[in-house]
Amino acid sequence: MAQLVADQVPPHEPSGGHGHADAEHAANPYLAHHFDTPKHQFDSGKLGIWIFLITEILFFGGLFCAYAIYRSLHPDIFVYAHYYLDTFWGALNTGVLILSSLTAAWAVRNAQLGEQKKLIFNIVATIALAFCFLGVKYVEYSHKFHEGTLPGRYFNPTHEVWELESYQKAHGQHGSATAAEGHAAAGHEAAEPAGHAAPAGGEAKQPPPGAPVRPRNVGVFFSIYFCMTGLHGIHVVAGIITWGWLLRRAIRGEFGPAHFGAVDYAALYWHLVDLIWIYLFPLLYLIH
Amino acid sequence: MSDHDHENGHGAPASDEHGHSTEISHVTPVRMLIAVWGALMVLTVITVGVTVVDLGSQTNLVVAMTIATIKAGLVVTYFMHLRWDRPFHTLIFLGSLLFVSLFISMTLLDKSEYEGDIQEMYLKKGQ
Repeated sequence: MAQLVADQVPPHEPSGGHGHADAEHAANPYLAHHFDTPKHQFDSGKLGIWIFLITEILFFGGLFCAYAIYRSLHPDIFVYAHYYLDTFWGALNTGVLILSSLTAAWAVRNAQLGEQKKLIFNIVATIALAFCFLGVKYVEYSHKFHEGTLPGRYFNPTHEVWELESYQKAHGQHGSATAAEGHAAAGHEAAEPAGHAAPAGGEAKQPPPGAPVRPRNVGVFFSIYFCMTGLHGIHVVAGIITWGWLLRRAIRGEFGPAHFGAVDYAALYWHLVDLIWIYLFPLLYLIH
Repeated sequence: MSDHDHENGHGAPASDEHGHSTEISHVTPVRMLIAVWGALMVLTVITVGVTVVDLGSQTNLVVAMTIATIKAGLVVTYFMHLRWDRPFHTLIFLGSLLFVSLFISMTLLDKSEYEGDIQEMYLKKGQ
């Protein structure tokens, strides 16, 4: 985020030797001495943040690639595992993040127009919504820790898939209506080793007729789930820190029509975090 | 403290709701921001609603990804300003998507390369 700093240069003493740009620099304490005009400074920072966002897209691309490979090889695992995710929380978080994108974009407008109070309000709203997002994620994660839907070999659920509300909703009470959905593709039918399949005290559970057999390696879905949402969550935390820093600057009245770059760059980053979630939500929660 | 009024080249009043530019960058009108937000919410509801309809797993995935891409397009075009920004930023953004899709599609080409070995391994383990 070095490009954000370009805008943060402290007021410098007007010194000679800068030629034609001197007047501009004297009038705008936030214009760094190596830029001619505010627009020059803004455009440079903007190019910088876009290049940073490009590296972020490539960074997340690796995880999307892992997802694509694994889902194309084992679609049965994804269908099976997604019943353990609650669409309600995912959809709620999508709404929260989209709303925070609105407040972020609005904050940029406020900074551009020098609307001091509205700017502070919108930054506070963005931070509050970001915490809201993390709160929902906390609810989801802790539920998964309690239910044993954990990554890799730690996947040891306390409930079988046919006991889940989401499964029963999709398949009728007894889960027998759509037995032949192709969950159990040939070759992936093998159940988990006995030690894994039977959680303590739940050995006597009898699957209803037509209930899907647990495919091998369901835990890999949760490895992918935790990696993707975890990395995304780290980005939300980074966003909160950035917005907190901007809030401090906004309260000090450091933003206005000639120097709103930092708000704009942070908002761009925030929209990218939203953008990634826009893809994560259907890929993880809305599997059919 | 409040140094926000000076240097506004257009001298536009702060309450101006119509789209206009500062001398540095385009200012997105409030109405447009809210319209984009509304469209994103509607598309979210649609993408959740459409999962109830069984179109076959392949079609459902395509529909979900199409809706996600429309949403992404709205965010990038309006919230991220690309519509009014330098075309070069659009170029490098689309360039990154190109490379990500190359990355994923090239990797998908030989996804089954080791499937035989994997099946053999599980046979040996007796699963």
